[in-house]
Amino acid sequence: MTQPAITFDAVEKWYGTRDEPVHALAATDLAVAEAEFLVLLGPSGCGKTTLLRMIGGLIAPTSGEIAIEGRSLWRGGQRQAAALSDLGMVFQDANLFPWLSIEQNIALPLELKGVPKAQRAARAQELARLVGIQGFEKRWPRELSGGMRQRAAIARALSYDPRILLMDEPFGALDAMTREAMNLELQRIWLATRKTIVLVTHSIAEAVFLGDRIVLLSPRPGRIDMVVDVPFARPRAPDLQSTVEFQDIVRKLRHRLAEIS
Amino acid sequence: MAEAAPAQFRKRLVTMQGALPWITTPILLATLVLIWDSYVRLSGISPLILPRPGAVWSAWLEMLRDPRAWHHTWMTVYATLTGFTYATVIGVVLGVLIARIRWLEQTLNPFIVATQVIPKVALVPLFVLWFGFGITSKVIVAAVLAFFPILTNTAMGVKSIDEGHRDVMVSLNATRWQVFRRLELPSALPFIITGLEIGIVLAIIGAIVGEYLGGNAGLGHLLIARLNAFETDQMFAVLIHMSMLGFLFYFTIGALRRMLVPWHASARIRV
Ligand SMILES: Nc1ncnc2c1ncn2[C@@H]1O[C@H](COP(=O)(O)OP(=O)(O)OP(=O)(O)O)[C@@H](O)[C@H]1O
Ligand SMILES: [Mg+2]
Repeated sequence: MTQPAITFDAVEKWYGTRDEPVHALAATDLAVAEAEFLVLLGPSGCGKTTLLRMIGGLIAPTSGEIAIEGRSLWRGGQRQAAALSDLGMVFQDANLFPWLSIEQNIALPLELKGVPKAQRAARAQELARLVGIQGFEKRWPRELSGGMRQRAAIARALSYDPRILLMDEPFGALDAMTREAMNLELQRIWLATRKTIVLVTHSIAEAVFLGDRIVLLSPRPGRIDMVVDVPFARPRAPDLQSTVEFQDIVRKLRHRLAEIS
Repeated sequence: MAEAAPAQFRKRLVTMQGALPWITTPILLATLVLIWDSYVRLSGISPLILPRPGAVWSAWLEMLRDPRAWHHTWMTVYATLTGFTYATVIGVVLGVLIARIRWLEQTLNPFIVATQVIPKVALVPLFVLWFGFGITSKVIVAAVLAFFPILTNTAMGVKSIDEGHRDVMVSLNATRWQVFRRLELPSALPFIITGLEIGIVLAIIGAIVGEYLGGNAGLGHLLIARLNAFETDQMFAVLIHMSMLGFLFYFTIGALRRMLVPWHASARIRV
């Protein structure tokens, strides 16, 4: 048994606000295994984004310990950059830089890591094709639709092939057809690269289709309510969604979700 | 096929809109000149008070052939650009620092507000007293006037950087320098250029006002000299000359904007 990719040890988060502090996440233990596909599911405001941003080192926990591949993420209030070196993040908003072309946006992580220009461009082209926005490499972000921008953001996170991929509702802006195609694509990428993926979603079907494990969070304060293992073999085909076994898991999650919302 | 016609029509409309100023501006200008000329002719006003446009025009053409006029022009350009350069360097650096360092902003803010509120043109005699009648006092007046819009716009630009964009850089483990070079600078650039646009105009004003009050060089000095000699048509010529200079500087910054921030909405407005 190798060490987990991500561990949370009694991690708690309070947000200080103008009136009273918000208890966003109660003390939480969690371990995400190497090459696991973990899905975070839960009603709006239950702390999914908070949890993901803490993994990504964007916010510090109020108490508790976070480790990435065995390395502590925070030490003495300082973020440990080394722990984050192999981590890619897709945000709820695409967050593309408006002054960079789509191609330059996709290649930004490579640029920061000093990859030569020609190599960057080639990789960006390849990724644009992968996420289905080829032909738009030279455009400005504002010239793309919301869904296309989101796909460019996914390509950006994939560009330097990080071992850990964090995704916050990456497909929220996509239509049902594209979303299904992107789900299949993500599964394909995961099967090919065996990254550790933590994905936040609102869609129960998406969670069951993609996840090895689903962590259901309940709100006020956010905490883990239930963990569901998803037993289906890979690669999973879209038709899986109409099987009884699939529907059973979906139903179980939906009932629990209705109770805690 | 049915969509081709409206699309083509719209395209023609857009090109027409782009060309529109090239038609309207000369017409408007011609009308104004015509009104001016008619007024002078019909009211019988003395040409010493208001010369006819034709006289001003020939005075300007004569001025363009006069090497002494070009010397004065150069003095004004020199004072403007030197002052503007100082204002840009100090304004941008200080603006970035103020936006990033809380205590610095809090310390300097009262002074910045105070110096904003003081009518700076009223300080020009003081600068002449301190820095003499030479070019130095003009450079300083130009710099002081141009400095504040550059400072405040830079600070605002750095402060209004999108938090989501910052998150991207943090998640990519960017160094401080990378954050500055790849995020803060390009993000603030449209604001900085707006500051430069206001700053360059104020720098010319500063240089010319400085020349009004002291020394024997520059277009401001030339204008006062023509006024004192009652050569009103030549004074108007100097005025036109100054305005041309202003336009030239302003449009240079506009070109800079289209070159540096083509992605920004401001680059698509043409003024
Ligand atoms: N910066 C902040 N300051 C104060 N409170 C915050 C902040 N960010 C989040 N919260 C609060 O923390 C709780 C959890 O927020 P979070 O964004 O993690 O929810 P979420 O599960 O991602 O919701 P959604 O599904 O709508 O995106 C919410 O009650 C929210 O109001
Ligand atoms: Mg969220």
